Amino acid sequence: MNDGGRQSPGPAARPARSGGELVPAAGSAPAAAHEEYSPGLQYQRIALVDLLDRLLAGGVVVSGEVRLAIADVDLVTISLRALIASASSVAAHGGEEGSP
Amino acid sequence: MADDSGVWMYAVAESMSPERFRDVAGVGGEPVRTIAAGGLAAAVTTVSLAEFGEQALRRNLEDLGWLEKVARIHHEVIEVVGRHGPVLPMRLATIYAGDASAAAMLTQRAEDFSAALRRVTGRAEWGVKIFVSRRTAEAGSSDDDGGGTGGSGPGAAFLRRRRALLAARENAKVAAAADAEQIHLALGGLAVASYARPPQDPQLTGRSEKMVLNGAYLVDQEAAAGFAAAVHRLGTERPDLRVELTGPWPPYSFAVVGDPDESTAGRRGGSGERALGEETAL
Repeated sequence: MNDGGRQSPGPAARPARSGGELVPAAGSAPAAAHEEYSPGLQYQRIALVDLLDRLLAGGVVVSGEVRLAIADVDLVTISLRALIASASSVAAHGGEEGSP
Repeated sequence: MADDSGVWMYAVAESMSPERFRDVAGVGGEPVRTIAAGGLAAAVTTVSLAEFGEQALRRNLEDLGWLEKVARIHHEVIEVVGRHGPVLPMRLATIYAGDASAAAMLTQRAEDFSAALRRVTGRAEWGVKIFVSRRTAEAGSSDDDGGGTGGSGPGAAFLRRRRALLAARENAKVAAAADAEQIHLALGGLAVASYARPPQDPQLTGRSEKMVLNGAYLVDQEAAAGFAAAVHRLGTERPDLRVELTGPWPPYSFAVVGDPDESTAGRRGGSGERALGEETAL
């Protein structure tokens, strides 16, 4: 996927910051956005998959830090195992993969 | 600090008042507090190494219940900080030996952190996921079936239908990938930075639909409504795609301190970050 080097073509003169009045503040908003744009899904909370997608692979990693924690790659693979194990037990009913 | 404890770091901001976390229990149950150093503040919790030490962590991360609890607390603390100003989320399970080493890191990287905070100031991350359903492909081929009956027997007709179906599916896949790339570029045009996260595993999404885009976009506050509207429009114009918008998120995908390549394993398109840097004039 090519996402390199793009820049905002937006207007040169930006309006003064509105303080974000147009969109809900962070917090319950992710659930609201889900409801508004994909009515089929009613997340009371952020979907765990979406959360872990970001938490396990996003966020600041400072090199050379005195971390006790494990390497990044491990973090993702280890947790993915837990996720997939749980997802496959849940997905027992949803598997409509009838491909030949 | 006792030898059997560590310091879990949630987030870094310019400053934060400890009272904000009065109602939040940290990971492991201890309170959330702050460490100030290098002109910055970090939200942290003292954790027991019996639960959060390397060995224990390895085990606990495989326990989905444990992982979910910790992930939601981590996220909640980051959101609390983010409500009061720009925030840089730390990667889950960033644990220091003690306050002194956490403070030393802040001091040492203060400039990088401040620059990264400036890049996300007044901006939030939005996620756009696009799924393509198998039905799209099947619908395409059933049209062809109607006209192609001049064959030789039901067996040949069946095979022909089968082939057409498979070909249509393959075409639909290729078309969907091209669509996804175009959409990612277009949405990127409404953002100050964009990042195509690896699509989520169907085992995790729990859907038979294939995820063709898992985009993250750092969007100015004042452009957020327009961004959401564009995504919504896309969903309406393209009933063949399932478009999902999530956010606003803390800038998880854009929390890069120092050299973009050293952070966020697997990140592609570091130049996006550089464009982001140029873009920011504060």
